[in-house]
Amino acid sequence: MMPRFAPFAVRALAVLAVALPVLATSSSAPAPDFSLPSNSGKTINLSQYKGQVVMINFWATWCGPCRQEMPLLEGIYKKYNKMGFTMLGVNVEPDSKPAEAWLKQTPVSFPVLFDKESKVSTLYKVSGMPSTVIIDRKGNVQFIHRGYKPGDENEYLNSIRSLVRQ
Amino acid sequence: MPFLKRWLALAGLVGAALGVTTQAFAGVLPEDRADVLYHRYQGGGITIDGPSVLIRKKFGDKFSVAANYYQDMVSSASIDVKLSASKYEETRKQKSISFDYLRGKATYSAGVIDSKESDYIADTAFFSLSQDMFGDLTTVSLSYKRGWNHVFRNVKQADGTKIRDPTFEDGADSRGYSVGLSQILTRNLILALNYEVITDEGFLNSPYRSVRFATPGGGFSLEREIYPRTHTSNAVSARLKYYLPYRAALEGSYRFYTDTWGVIANNVEINYTQPAFKRWILDGRVRYYKQTHADFYSDLFPRSQSQNFEARDKELATFDNIAIGVGASYEFTIPRVRWVQKSTVNARFDHLMINYDDFRDATQNDPANGIVAGAEPLYKLNANVFELFVSIWF
Amino acid sequence: MRVTRVLFAAVAVVMGLSGCSIQPWVKPYEREHLADPIMAFDRNPVSSAYLDHVFEAREGARGASGSAGGGCGCN
Repeated sequence: MMPRFAPFAVRALAVLAVALPVLATSSSAPAPDFSLPSNSGKTINLSQYKGQVVMINFWATWCGPCRQEMPLLEGIYKKYNKMGFTMLGVNVEPDSKPAEAWLKQTPVSFPVLFDKESKVSTLYKVSGMPSTVIIDRKGNVQFIHRGYKPGDENEYLNSIRSLVRQ
Repeated sequence: MPFLKRWLALAGLVGAALGVTTQAFAGVLPEDRADVLYHRYQGGGITIDGPSVLIRKKFGDKFSVAANYYQDMVSSASIDVKLSASKYEETRKQKSISFDYLRGKATYSAGVIDSKESDYIADTAFFSLSQDMFGDLTTVSLSYKRGWNHVFRNVKQADGTKIRDPTFEDGADSRGYSVGLSQILTRNLILALNYEVITDEGFLNSPYRSVRFATPGGGFSLEREIYPRTHTSNAVSARLKYYLPYRAALEGSYRFYTDTWGVIANNVEINYTQPAFKRWILDGRVRYYKQTHADFYSDLFPRSQSQNFEARDKELATFDNIAIGVGASYEFTIPRVRWVQKSTVNARFDHLMINYDDFRDATQNDPANGIVAGAEPLYKLNANVFELFVSIWF
Repeated sequence: MRVTRVLFAAVAVVMGLSGCSIQPWVKPYEREHLADPIMAFDRNPVSSAYLDHVFEAREGARGASGSAGGGCGCN
C-alpha cells in the first residue's frame, strides 16, 4: 500500500532531478578544445586525446596546494596511463620559467602545458587554484574539483576508475 | 618599582601576543613555522630585552595550533624612576596558545594569553572569526577579546629586597571588539581596513607613578596620580599594499585614534620591501605618530589636588614620534635536513625619536639657577629597538 | 551595548552580502603577485607583534593594527 506522502515524494524527487545537474556544476557538457605549447616543445591539442580519459589539472608554482598535489598526480598518471588515461598539467603562469625550474626539481612524466595568456583558464572558467577537470572518452566533462586537500585524490580515483571502464 | 604599567599590561590585553595574535586567516590555515627571536629595547634610561619563541603546527587539514613564550627583562632608570625612586629590575613572562579551525571559507580562532610579573598579572582570552567571500577577494574578520588584570604594589625593604604591599590590590577588566576587512583591488593591490574599540574598567594607572604640583620658590612636590576608572578607545586604520613590477612591495598605512580620556592620535607609515641578490629581502620603514594630551594630563599642576583626575604619564602627553627602521632577511638552506622547507635569519633595527611638547625633565629643576618648575627643558626620548631572529618553515 | 548592536549589524550585512554573486575581477590564476611572501601584510608575525607592542607601550594609542586576507587564495 502506497504511503500517503508518496505523491509529494515523487514531486520532490522530480524537482531534485532537475535541480541537481545545475547544482553539480556542468557535468556531461562537452569539454572545450584547446591548443597549447608543452614542456616537450610540441604543441598539444585536447582533441588528440579523444577516446582516452583525460584529467586536466590547473596549477601554478606559487600555489602551495598545487605543488603538494603534483607527486600524487604523477602516481595516478603512472597507474592508469596504460588503461587509456592521460594527465595534462596546465600551468597558468604568464612566465613559464618558474614552472620549468620547479619541474627540474620535481619532474613529472605527464605533459605540462603553458597557458601564458590564460586562454584555457578562462575557457574552463577556472574558479580556484588548483582546479581539476576529468573528461570521459567521448570528450564530455564528468568531474570538476576546486582546491586540493589531502584525501581529495580519492575522489579523483573514484571518477577515473569508473570512466576508464567505459 | 615598575613605572611601565602600560608597557606591561598591554601585551596581555591587546593580543600583542607575539605571533599568537587575533589575526585570522579565512580560507587557508597559516603555514607551519617556528621562530626564535631576541628583542632589545634601549632608551630613556630603560633597557628591556628577552626572547620570544613561537611554534605553529597544523594537525590534519582543519586545525592549526600556535604557542608562544615571551619574556621582558626590564632594567629601568627611566625619567619617572629617577624622579621619585631608584633603579629597578623586573622580569615579565608571558605564555600564550591559540587554535585555528578551518571550515570551508571560514576560520575560527580562539586563544588565551597569560602574563605574569611580580606586581601584575594579566590574562586574556580571545575569539575571532574570519570569512572569505566574493571569489576570495574579500576577507571579513570579527574578533572579541576579554582581559582580566590584577595589580599589586611592591615595596622596597630596608635590606633592599622587594615584598608585596599587603594593603594594595586592585584589578581591571577589559573588553575589545574589532572588525576588519581586507579587499584585493587589483592583481597588484590589496587594501585592509580595521576598526577596534576597547573598554577598560578598574585600576588603570600605575601604583608607583606620581604627578607634580608647584610649590612656592619654583620647586615642586609629588603626589599620587588619580585616573578615571573607565577608559574606552576607538581606532580605525587603513593599509594599502602595492606590488611593484620589478618585484618589490610598497605599503602605506594610516591610523586615527581617539578615546574617552581626550587623547587624539594620528599616525602614518610607509614600508618598502625589496628582495635582493636571490636570497635577501630588505625592508625599510618610516613612521610618524602625533598625539595630543589626555584631558587630565599636566606636567605641573598649580597646587595639590587641583583636579579630580591628575596624570603626568608622558604617554598621555602631547608629543610626536618619528620612527625609522630597517630590516634584512637572508634565506639559507640546512643541508641534509629535508623536513625544513625554508629557513631565514633576520635582523631588524628601529630608531624612535620622541619629542614632548608638554612633558618636562623635572630632574633638571633648579630654582637657584633660574630653572623653576615648569621651565625645565622639554623632554626628548630616543630609543633603539633591535631584533634578531631565525625562522623555519616545515 | 551599542557596540554589540553595531557588530551584530555588521555580521548580518556580511552574511547577507555573501549570498550575492559578484564575479571576482581578479581570477584565481591571476593571484601570483598577491601570493608572493613580500606582499603579506605580516610576513614575520613574531617581529611585527613585538614592534606593535613597543609602540603601544610608548604611545597613548592602541588597536586597529591587525590585518587578514590576501595571499594565493588557494583551496
